[in-house]
Formats: sequence, structure tokens, C-alpha cells
Amino acid sequence: MNFQHTEDRRMLADSLNRFLSEKNGIGLRHQSAGSALGFSREVYAGLAELGTIGALFPEDAGGFGGTGFDVSVVFECLGRNLAVEPLLGALVVGQALIAAGTDAQRAALESIMAGTSVAALAHEEPGSHYELSHVTLSATAASDPSAGGWVLNGRKAVVPMGDAADLLLVSARTTGQPLDADGISLFLVRGDAPGVSRRGNGRIDGGRTAELTFTNVAVDASALLGAPGQGLTVLERISGYALLALAAESLGAMDMAKDQTLEYLRTRKQFGVPIGSFQALQHRMADLLLEVEQARSAVINAAAAVEDTDRTARERALSAAKYSVGRIGTLVAEESIQMHGGIGMTWELPLAHYAKRLVMIDHQFGDEDHHLARFIALGQAAACA
Amino acid sequence: MDLQFTPQEQAFREDVRAFLKDQLPSRIANQVKAGQRLSKADQEEWHAILNTRGWLANHWPEAHGGPGWSTVQRFIFDTECALAGGPRIVPFGVNMLGPVLIKYGNAKQKAHWLPRILSGEDWWCQGYSEPGAGSDLASVKTTAVRVTDASGDHYIVNGQKTWTTQGQHANMIFCLVRTDREAKAQSGISFLLMDMNSPGVDLRPIRTLDGDCEVNEVFFTNVKVPAENLVGEENKGWTYAKYLLTYERTGIAGVGFCIAALAKLKVIAARVLKNGKPLDQDPLFAARMARVDIDLENMKTTNLRVIAAAASGGVPGAESSMLKIRGTEIRQEILSLIRRAMGPYALPFEEEAQYAGYAEPPLGEPEATTAAAHYFNYRKLSIFGGSNEIQKNIISKMILGL
Repeated sequence: MNFQHTEDRRMLADSLNRFLSEKNGIGLRHQSAGSALGFSREVYAGLAELGTIGALFPEDAGGFGGTGFDVSVVFECLGRNLAVEPLLGALVVGQALIAAGTDAQRAALESIMAGTSVAALAHEEPGSHYELSHVTLSATAASDPSAGGWVLNGRKAVVPMGDAADLLLVSARTTGQPLDADGISLFLVRGDAPGVSRRGNGRIDGGRTAELTFTNVAVDASALLGAPGQGLTVLERISGYALLALAAESLGAMDMAKDQTLEYLRTRKQFGVPIGSFQALQHRMADLLLEVEQARSAVINAAAAVEDTDRTARERALSAAKYSVGRIGTLVAEESIQMHGGIGMTWELPLAHYAKRLVMIDHQFGDEDHHLARFIALGQAAACA
Repeated sequence: MDLQFTPQEQAFREDVRAFLKDQLPSRIANQVKAGQRLSKADQEEWHAILNTRGWLANHWPEAHGGPGWSTVQRFIFDTECALAGGPRIVPFGVNMLGPVLIKYGNAKQKAHWLPRILSGEDWWCQGYSEPGAGSDLASVKTTAVRVTDASGDHYIVNGQKTWTTQGQHANMIFCLVRTDREAKAQSGISFLLMDMNSPGVDLRPIRTLDGDCEVNEVFFTNVKVPAENLVGEENKGWTYAKYLLTYERTGIAGVGFCIAALAKLKVIAARVLKNGKPLDQDPLFAARMARVDIDLENMKTTNLRVIAAAASGGVPGAESSMLKIRGTEIRQEILSLIRRAMGPYALPFEEEAQYAGYAEPPLGEPEATTAAAHYFNYRKLSIFGGSNEIQKNIISKMILGL
């Protein structure tokens, strides 16, 4: 057994951490996270130049990585540095292009990897509450059948960087009812396509989201990604990459929160002694360490499983990881703030922003309850099969 | 045992409900229920309405303007107010300083300051915490040196306070100051009343993680304070400080606010759908709600037991630490569940939506704009008023004798 990353991945992590600590120091990070764009184009271009985005995709797609461990190394670095750049959108949309795209559609990968186009998954809807099959946005065949196009109507919610995205991957229902597994189709839509209106919002943990409304948005037949009505399989596969990425990002952030809290326990004096000398805090810090190591193992399990062709094994490992970081990330956030006391509540202290990110990761692609229930259901389904 | 309220207590509850229905402005109640921030004017308005009814300082003796309520009546009143969307009254004058002045202030101080607390003429803030002190309140470094000159008897105050909640609205601050630097930590502290408008007082806001600025740092540079503003005896301030804290901690338990928050959570969980069904039918979410529901029912009874034990007129002692720990944990858990119930809509945050008059339609659930910010902001509950760790130390020492 060998739990060391390869030399290449270690070098990538080193250069990423160096680049981000220089270009994305906490003050700069707050600036870009709170800006009208929600991230820094300069940092994003720099990340692309370092090969960060290319590392998320395999060689035959023009990248130079694409394995679970490549993804986890990159996102762990992003978590350690609280980066808000839209790599998650690049990862999931890029993987969708690889999994189901035509050659023409896959051409978009080039600009995604170059960091020149921002891609976003527009899947969540008001009321879908993490359920992948809950899709009500409708796609109907265009009135002129010879053109073979589609018309989209409906809403998408909380789309990451949805107001800045150049390329949207939109899930739509072509047949059936909300929550039906069949009848979901995927479309590639330009962010500024006529009929798409976007209401952007800041996020509590930095960066931006948008509410999108589609009003008679006409797209060509070539916008359909994969087979009509069979989009859920693709959505599950690309969500799997998101679960891994978010779990790794959480791990990076919790490592930082843990280190900062440990340093505080060692140096902060109260009643004349370092507060780390109080056994009540020592035991809680020991628990934190133990939990973070459990999260690390969960991320490793997920990274190893993300390409597994056995769906149950793969999805259970991914849900297990997301459940673990949801629970542990919130614990680390709450305990780190509490052990810092009042100063942990302040904007001035980076820890507070790590804590916010850790809790908010649980609100992306399913929270701990969602993935615990999914883990149980996958196991029961496998047992019955 | 009889766990029912008496007929008189039930009649009192009806009185309180009628008063709230009639007198609590719906504009303010709606803001509170929506979790929006209140302006200074909103808070002053509610303060004045309560004072007009004689129900503001409900734990003060009648001689000083209190309504003469029992502890059970106070509990009923607080609970009903919270359920109706009544704002928490600004506690520093009424709930904290008032009892200290009544017990330890001299006749002249009572005659001067107490009516001004009731009328709202003075807006008080608290000067306990100092940078680096945290819950170690006895490590007071702010100094007050007594001088007598042609203009009279004064203290000259130098130092810094922090975490001064709503200090930006206050014209007065009550402070712990060190008057004897040679004495051991808890001796040598005095309790001093200071005018925030005195030369040498500077205020700097602290931005908290949710982006708001409700706490402040307060700096004192050679601030001249009349010696008559000393409460009680010089160097005996720790006794008064601790007396005040038991009041603060009992209030922080916030049973009424827990009950109101749980009611709100239940409404949300019955409305938000997951997998086509209301969230309160989701087994995992329902289990989380049930656990906190049970904890709160138990907590209500624990609170009433503490109240009954203190009904003879005293204030609860170390028991208030139990209430503070459990009450804050329960409230934090309910706020956490409200955040979870928002799903992905916990992510967007609109600063403007935290205030009344925001006209844009809500994103997702109506509570979504405030749910995550409240959750983060209320992490403070287990930190302020003496962190929950400190409360456990008090319990270990005072109740368990360890």
C-alpha cells in the first residue's frame, strides 16, 4: 500500500498552494469573493496556466489527469486557500462533455481548460432540495420540426457563478413528471442566450450564485447533450465528481481551521496559562484531529472509487464522503469558532471564513442527511438485487 | 406536584396576550418574525410601549417601578412576548444595571439613574470584556485612578473594552475598572458608570462574520468620571459584577426565543419539500426536529424548576449556568435546522434583505435570506455572557464541589 501522492501531484499541489497564497491572500480573496463578478479573472487565468483545470481531465480529452486523485489534490488546495474561482463548474460541465458530448460539443473543453470561458451546471430548481431527478424546467420540440430545435421554459436556482457563466449545462424535462428518472435531457446553452434572465446574488461564504429564468429560450438540435431523456445517468456521474471535489475542498479547509485553532490553543493565554493546557479543550481538540483524519480517509475512498464501474460501490463511497465532510466540516467549523471565543466571530479572522465555507459545502450537491439517506438506499437496493 | 399554571397565572397569560395583540406594533413583530434587524427607533418604540404599561422592568421591585410579578409571571410574559414576535428588550439598562443599582447603588444613584433607564433617556451598554480577557472577566486592565482637584472628586480612566454590543447607540456605559493594581485579580475592581460622550471615549465597530457591526471596541484615554458615579464601594466591584452576571445568564437561556424558533422551524419543515414530501416527513430531518423538541420540553421544565426554587425572591445562582448552557445549545440547534431546511438556498446572502423594507421577492423560502446569517451570528450564544465552558467550570465548582 502507498498513501503518498505521486511526485507529479505533489508538485502540482506545491505550485498551486504557492500561487494561491501569493495571488489569493486573505485580503485579495475577500476582494474578489465580494466583487460584482464573485471571483478573480486574473487568479482564474493563473490557475489555468498552472494546469489546474487541465489536471481535472484525462489526456484523451486534452487534459493531463482526470483521475479521482487529480481532482482531490486540486480541490484540497482550493479549500486550503478559500479560492472562489469557478473550478467546480469547469469540472462538472467538462466531465459531462467528455461523458456524453459530440466532437463538436467537446470542442468547448479547450476554452474551459484555458480558463477563458466560465462553465456552470444549472440543475438545482426552487424546491428540488438536492434531488437529482427533480426537474421541472421544460424542453419542448420547436414548432418547426425540420429545424429540430428545442424551447426551454422554467427556472433554475442557486447556479454557482450563474450570472457570469458563458456556458450553462441545463437539465430539462422532455417527458414525464418531476422526480421521474426518465425524461431528463441535458442542454448546452450560452449564458447570454435570448430569453435567459439572470438575478445574481452574493453568497454568504463569498462568490456568487444566480437565479435563472428561461422564457422561450430557443436552442438548436446540436445543444442536446447525450441521448434525449437519458440525462440522469450523466447527472449522477458528474455529480459524483462534484461530491469528490467538495469533499476534498472541505478537507483542505478543515485542515486549515484545525491548524489555526491548534495554534490559538498553544498561544492564547487566559487565567495566566495557555488555554491549550485545559483538559476540557485538549480532549475536544483531540476529537477534532480524529474526525479530520476520518474525513481524509473518506476523501481517499471517494477518490479511489470515482471511476469505479460498479455503480453501487462508487456511489456509496461518494455519498459516504459527502456525508462525512458534511458532518465533520460543520463540527470543525463550530468547534473552531467556539474554541476561539469572541475573536472567532469576527470578519477580521480568516478562521471565520473557513468556518462559513465548511458549513456551506454541506449545502452543495446534497447535505449530510441527503447522503446518509442515499447511502442507506443504495445499500438496500444492492441487497435486494 | 402540579405542573399546570394556576387559574390566576392562566388569567395573567390572557392579559399578556391581549396586551400584545393590542400594543405590539405589527410592523415590528413582522420584522422580528422575519429575522430582520431592528433599528434603534424600533427598539426604543417597544421599550416605551412596555414602560407605559408598567411592564418594562418586570423583575424590579414595585418600589422602583416594577410590576411586582412572580418569577412564574415573568416566565409567562417572556414566553408570550417571544411567541408574538416581541423584540428582546435592550437588556443592559433594564435587566443588568437596574438590579445592581437597586441592590448596591446609593439613594441618589437610584433616584437619578433608575427613572432614566425606564424612560429610555439613557441607552446603556456593557463594559465588562477586554481584549485578551475573554471569559476571564477578573483580568481587568482598564484603570481608574482617583484624583481630587478644584473641579471635584474624579476618576481618570484609561484602557479598552471590547464586544460592546450596541455600543454605537449608547450614551452610557457601566464598566469594570481596576482601582487597585496591587490587589489580587478579583479584588481591586470597581464598578463605574461612564458617559459615552465624555472627552477621551472612542468607539470602533467590529465587523462580525455575517458582515454586521453590532459589537464595538471602546477606548478610554484619560476619561474624567465623577467619583459619584462609583457604584457601591471602591475595590468591591467583583461582587456587583457577579450579581449582574446571574441576571444576564438567566436571560441568555432564552426559553421563550427557543419556543418561538421551534414553532418557526415546524412551519418551515411542513412547507419545504424534499423528494416530493414535506421535510417534516423526512425520517432524518424529523428525527433531528424531534430530538430538539424533546430537549426543549425538558428545558422548559428545568427552567420552571429553577424559577420555582428561586420564587422566594432570590436570583438563581449556579443554576443559571445550567440554563445558559442548555438554552443556548437548543437555540443553536434550532437555528442550525432552519439553515439546513433551506437546502441550497442557504448559500445566497443579500445584505439589504436583513432590513425592513426590502422589496425584492425572496430567494427560495421566505426565511432563506436570513437563515444562514442567523445561524452564524448565533454561534455567539455559547461564547458570550461567559462561554459555556466557563459555565461548566462554575457548575463543577459551585454545584458539584469539584
